[in-house]
Formats: sequence, structure tokens, C-alpha cells
Amino acid sequence: MEFHTTSSPHTKRINRVDKVMLQVVLALLPGIIALIFYFGWGVLINLILAVIAATAFEALVIKLRKRPVTPVLLDLSAVVTALLFAVAIPPLLPWWLVILGMAFAIIMVKQMYGGLGYNPFNPAMAAYVLLLISYPVEMTSWLPPFILAEQQLNLSQILAYKFTGALPQTITLDAITMATPLDQMRTNLDLNRMISEIRQNPLWGDFGGLGWEWIGNWFLMGGIWMVYKRTITWHIPLAFLSGLVGMAAIFWLFDAESFPFPLFHVFSGGAILGAFFIATDPVTACTTRTGQLIYGASIGVLVYVIRTWGGYPDAVAFAVLLMNMAAPTIDYYTRPRTYGHGEVRRE
Amino acid sequence: MYVESKKGKTRKLWQFHGGLHLPEKKEISLDRPLQQATLPSRLVLPLQQHIGVQAQSLVTVGERVLKGQILANSNAPVSAPVHAPTSGVIIAIGEHAVPHPSGLTGQCIVIQPDGDDSWVDLPEPMTDFKSVDVRELRQRIRESGIVGMGGATFPSAIKLNPGKPIKTLIINGAECEPYITCDDRLMRDFAGRVMEGTRILQHMLQSEECLIAIEDNKPEAILAMFQELRDEENIEVVRIPTLYPSGGEKQLIRILTGREVPTSGLPAQVGVICHNVATTAAIADAVLDGRPLISRIVTITGEGIGEPGNFEVPLGMLAGDLIAQAGGYIEQQPQQLILGGPMMGFDLNTDQVPITKGANCLLCPSEEESPPPQPARACIRCGRCADVCPANLLPQQIYWYSRAKDLEQAQDYNLFDCIECGCCSHVCPSHIPLVQYYRYAKAESWAQEQERRESEHAKQRHDFRVSRLERLEAERKARLRKKKQDLKSKPPAKKREASKQEISDKDAKQAAIEAAMKRAAEKKARQQHRPKNTDNLTSDQQAQIEAVDKRRLVAREEKEQQKEHSE
Repeated sequence: MEFHTTSSPHTKRINRVDKVMLQVVLALLPGIIALIFYFGWGVLINLILAVIAATAFEALVIKLRKRPVTPVLLDLSAVVTALLFAVAIPPLLPWWLVILGMAFAIIMVKQMYGGLGYNPFNPAMAAYVLLLISYPVEMTSWLPPFILAEQQLNLSQILAYKFTGALPQTITLDAITMATPLDQMRTNLDLNRMISEIRQNPLWGDFGGLGWEWIGNWFLMGGIWMVYKRTITWHIPLAFLSGLVGMAAIFWLFDAESFPFPLFHVFSGGAILGAFFIATDPVTACTTRTGQLIYGASIGVLVYVIRTWGGYPDAVAFAVLLMNMAAPTIDYYTRPRTYGHGEVRRE
Repeated sequence: MYVESKKGKTRKLWQFHGGLHLPEKKEISLDRPLQQATLPSRLVLPLQQHIGVQAQSLVTVGERVLKGQILANSNAPVSAPVHAPTSGVIIAIGEHAVPHPSGLTGQCIVIQPDGDDSWVDLPEPMTDFKSVDVRELRQRIRESGIVGMGGATFPSAIKLNPGKPIKTLIINGAECEPYITCDDRLMRDFAGRVMEGTRILQHMLQSEECLIAIEDNKPEAILAMFQELRDEENIEVVRIPTLYPSGGEKQLIRILTGREVPTSGLPAQVGVICHNVATTAAIADAVLDGRPLISRIVTITGEGIGEPGNFEVPLGMLAGDLIAQAGGYIEQQPQQLILGGPMMGFDLNTDQVPITKGANCLLCPSEEESPPPQPARACIRCGRCADVCPANLLPQQIYWYSRAKDLEQAQDYNLFDCIECGCCSHVCPSHIPLVQYYRYAKAESWAQEQERRESEHAKQRHDFRVSRLERLEAERKARLRKKKQDLKSKPPAKKREASKQEISDKDAKQAAIEAAMKRAAEKKARQQHRPKNTDNLTSDQQAQIEAVDKRRLVAREEKEQQKEHSE
């Protein structure tokens, strides 16, 4: 009798890449729904456009590389990239910028380095930064959350604007767009206003901007669920938020009227999303546990530094990309002590 | 963590990094009591059932042998003899399929049992082993062919001569691999024997303490061993938490003592010696009864087996014969047969291989239990492998470098500390056969090391030759220069003298020719001269003589070459 022979172990494997990616998608859903709820159809259109574009570009490159297409698409990594990109961009971003961003993310940042597992930079963040630098006006024209909006566009008006750039005659772009809370805080602080003075404006909620802070909450729930399901470990998110809160606390204690309180930073901009969904991208992050703590904390600190003294209101994308570069070196110097090497602790 | 280790005693335990809680599946083979395998029509005994030098056959085809008779042995320090598991006739000595991951064959002695099962005269039992010299006990263990029965198959007698004081003797009854229950069965049914073996080992090593470690998923075995404890002895039964691979030697030492075996070192360096429970029982058999290692308990299990259970099996019984006694295969065409457990066992390509001293389990899984491997995807560096690695390695990095064939980097990440336990592969979401990559990288590193040594040797020889030739050339030139100078410095020679010189030159040439002819004649005579007493040589001796002759010839040629050069 002849048997098949394979290499040990001979067990049913307990994890699958596509399941991991699916868990990330599921964890994103509460935040995505909240985002749509507060900012309208534009978000959903961005999501759909990004997912379709990412999948198409991924399929195209895999085909050109003469590899089987279906298994690669089914690992859902392109979808995750698309979703992370789409939740980071303004709802009214013209359609071709979404496509351009995805083309850059999938073709240049991911596949040209060898595809999933080989890219040194987070594709979604690299695309975000590319657009932010190249199209700063479009990328910073955010909508106000619907609770603050004086005028709102309906679905067909949004579609018309996104695809043709045409607005109804009675509406100007300035009337419907609004700077993000982080942006407003910066602008006001630059005008030497006190924080207590700035926060009298009704657009502020308990921690961050009205509406915005809730989106952070929903992403936080998804993130905690991922930690619970062991899709990610707590190391990077905790270190990220600790780094951010730590820096914010130091300066806030130093001067509470010029530096916003720590939770403002946590619940504004992309902090929560970045901590749980972006910095935790295993491919581009550190792989040792100690390294992950250093990596996460460094991103947190960088986010604060760039937000406070840099040229851009939010900084998650820049901070993540900067630390992506440092990840291999951090990994090299934080290797765990292998069994039988060095000093053994016997407490 | 503190656990009860002896009635009324608690003991501190340590943890190793990582590890896995696996579905145990031990109940499959524990339903039935221990069964005796019936003697098959033939037994195939590999001469190599241990780590070390292969034993040499001492019997011939057609010879009748008795149960317990030594069939093969070796004088090499690291080796073990092979005994006849029953009485019968040797029907063949030659190549036969053996259980090895390569699927290659090995030298085997085949016995046709005569059914009498009659014993050879066994050596005297050493019932009062405490009064016997330790060297004699070691000799007995060696002669009884006892090797590590947990799977490592290292000759036990060598491990019992550590040359260092031993603080802790560990008897390994952890049996952490899923499915396998042969040690559990042994401890339940022969707890006394295991304890006797433990006492012998403790007496031999004079260890300060002796710990019998059993995972807490085997309460019956723990209880059985507890009942064999005597208060006055310093032997403890330690219940350790169930966590694969706690039965790995290095991991078990960490759990029980908190110490770690230094990399590429031996447990004795940290004052520990580990023996498996089955080995311990076999040592008791050898010392107390004089019975050599001719059978062992084997678990036959998996959802592909008709009546799974534990069997006491004579060594050399073919796996196929044994499975037939365990109710056979359920499927017509079973897909897979594993020797050992699911995590560290290897696939057999045929069931016509014999049970050997290190064979603890035959596992025939259903497709549900061991699905065919999925195509591997790219590593996403999630680090789950590093979380479960009991050696605290970074498997993802070693994989990366092994794949890139950057073996130096792989070794820098401590490739050789990998124990191939399979935890990393089990949790990998990309289904990468990580262990296979590590085995490849290890084998490739060994091959490269070998090659490096050889090329270094060749380079040395080459350098030596070049320098020798240079020296000879320099000497030749120096001589030539001297001659020229001599000629120049001499006043123009007188003609008579010159002609005299010519004559003497002629004479010298003549003399040289004669001398050469004489040498040639001598050489011829020497070659014709035959040494006496060379008839009726054994092949070994003949080979030796040939080797010596060859060496001489080469030396002579070299000498002559040198002479020619210098001339």
C-alpha cells in the first residue's frame, strides 16, 4: 500500500489569512457605518469605488505577473487596503482621485514590491500621503457632520459633484465643506486663542469634534473586538495611544490653555483608526513584541509632534510611514532571548 | 506555579515560552486495555534502530536463534545491540524498507518465528542492584540494547555516564503529543516497573532529587505512580500542566528546574538527566530480569483504524501486520500513515516497515483529522509563530532567510535551536510548511559546512604545493647562478683540463646511467618480491593490506618526484 507523504505537523491548521482579513473588515464595519451616518453618501461611494478599483488593480497586476488571480483576490488584503484608504479620505473627493490613490497603493506600493507580505510601507497610508501632498485642497475639504451642516447635498448631487465636479447653482463649495476639528484647533491656536475660548464653539463635543468623537468610539469597539479575537495583539494599539496620550499629557499639564487635553488627541482625526487598524498592519509593522511596543509608542509620539508643530493637521499617515521605515531595524535590535542563550532568569 | 507533587508536598514549576493547547484525542486509543500482539510470520529487525554506529550482524542465513539472543552488535562506543524478539530461523539478511523519513531501505535481519518462543540463557538478574558496581549496571544496560524509547533512540548507557554530578534526574512521562497513549498505558499497567527503573537510575546517577513528570491530563497514570512512591525516598511524581511540547527534553527541564540547557549543550551541563518512562521500565527489565529490549508498547490510533488501542509488540513486527490486528484500516485506500504523533511524527510511504525501538505510535488519521496541505500563501509577518515557539525563536524571520537561502542570517537567528515541534506551522494563517523550511535550511547548512571544510583542506594542500614548487624553483635558480658565477670567476680554462673535465663528465654520466639501471633492477626485484602468509585472508584484512600498499606506493612516488625535482 502506498501512502502520501507530507511534512509534519499533520494537523488541521487553525488559522487562515483570509479569515484574519475578514475579521479586520468586520471590525471596521461599526466605524464605517458611523462614518456614513455622520458624513453621508459620499463615504459609501468612496468605499465602493476604492474596493472595486483595488480589486481590479490587484487582478490586473497578478495577471501580468502570471500568477493565479483568484486565491490572491480571496485573501481580501486588497479590500482591507481599500477600506482603510476610503475611511481616511474626505467624502467629496473627486472619483478619479480615489482611483489614483488605489492605483498607487496597489500597483506601486504593494505589488511592485512583490505583493502581500513584501511591501515595506502601508499601501493605504502611502496613497493617502501621495494625495495629501499632491492635492492638498481636495484632501482637506471635509464635510461637517450632518448635525452641524446648514446645507446638505442629496445622493444625486453628491454623485454629480464627485463625477463631474458640478454643484447646484445655489450652493458653493465653501458653504458645504468645513475644516476638521483638528484643523480648526490648529488654526485657532495659531491665532493665539485660548483653548477654553476655542471650545465655546458648538462644534465641539466632549472630547473632540461633535460627531467625530463618536466615530472614534465605534472604531475603538471594532479594535477591541479584534484584540479579543486575537486578530491583533494589544501591543501596538496600547503603545500607540500611550505614546500619544503621554506626550499630550505632558504638554497639557504644562499649559492647558495652549495644548489640548490628551483625550482630544485620542478622539480626533485618525488616532483610533490608526492605532487599531493601520499601525497594526503586520506586514509593515514590527514583528517582535518588544519591537511592537517601541514601534507603536514612536508612532504615538510622532503623531503628537506632527499635529502640534508640523505642517499638517493630522499625522497618522506620516507617522506610520516613518515608523515603517524603522521597523526592520527595531526588529533587529529587539530579538527575544532564545531558549538556552544568555542569562536565564529563575524567579 | 505550585502544584502537588507528592502526597502533601507542593513544588514550584516554571514555564517555557509559547506552546499550544491541542485537541488531545487520547481517548481514541485508551478505550481498550493493553493487548498482546500475536507473533506474525516474520520479523524484520533493522541493524540501525538507534543513534550512532550501525550494529554488525553476528548471525548467518539459515541459523536458528533463540529469544533474547544477540543478533547484531558493534564495538563502537555509540551503538546498541539488536536481540531476537522470539526464537526462529534467520531467513534473510539484507536491505528492507525501514521507518525513516527518507523512505530509504536499511540492512535488516529477517526472522521466521518457530512458535516455540524459547529463551536463550539470560544473564543473571541483578535483584540487589545497589550492591552492584555502576559500571556493571551500565554494561548490562548497554548489552540489553536499551535506547531512548521516547523517539530519540540514543543509547541509554551513554547518557548514564554523564561525567558530571547530577542534581536532578527527570523521568519523562509527559507524553504531550496528541493521540499517543503508550506511556500512559505503561504507567497505568506497570507503574511498579517504572518505579523500579527509576530507583535503579537514581542509584546509578546518585542524583539529589528525582522527578517523575506527568501531564495533568493523565490522572490515572499519576495516581498509579503516586501509589508506588515510598516515603523514605527522594522521588516525586510531579503533575505538570498539559501544554504541548512540555515533553520535549529542553522544555521539561525548564518546567521542572527553571534552568535551560545551553544551546548546543547537554542537559548534564545544568545537572539534569532525562529518561523516558518506557526506557526506565526497559532498564528495570534488563537489570532485574536480565531481559533485553525485544518488545515495546505501541499506540495504534486515529480515525482511520478499526479498533485503536495499545499493543505490546515484538520489535521487527511490520506495521501492516500490527494494524491488521488492530481491526485494520477503515478505508479501502487510507491516505496517510504516520509514525509518531501528528506534530512531530513523519509519514510512512508504506506499512511494510518494522516497529523499532523508538516507534511509539502508528497514526492513521481520517481526512478530517489531517487534511491535505493547502497551498501556502505569502507570510504576512503576523508573528503568531513567534508567540507559540517553545524555543522563543522568530520563526517568521528564519523562514524569510531560509527561503532566500541566506543561511548565515538564518543561523544568526538561531536556526539550530529549533526543535521542529511544529507549533509554528500549526498556527500559521498562510499555511506555510515552516518546519520543512527549517529542516531544509539545517541540512543545507550542514552540507555547506562540510563543503567549506573540504575546500579549506584542498586550498591548504594547493598552497603547500605552490610554495614547495616555488622553493624548488628558487633553489634551482640559486644553483644555476652559483654555477655561472663559478664559471665566470674561474680564469679561462686550460684546454687539457677542459678535456679532462669532459672525460670525467662522460664517466660521471656513465656512472649515473649504471646507477639508475641498478635502481631500476632493484625496484623490479622489490616489486616481484611477494609477502608471505597472504593466502586465506578475510576481505577485511585484504582491504587493509591493499590500503597499506597503496599508501606506500603513493609515498614512494612522491619521494621519487621530489628526487627528480632536486636533480
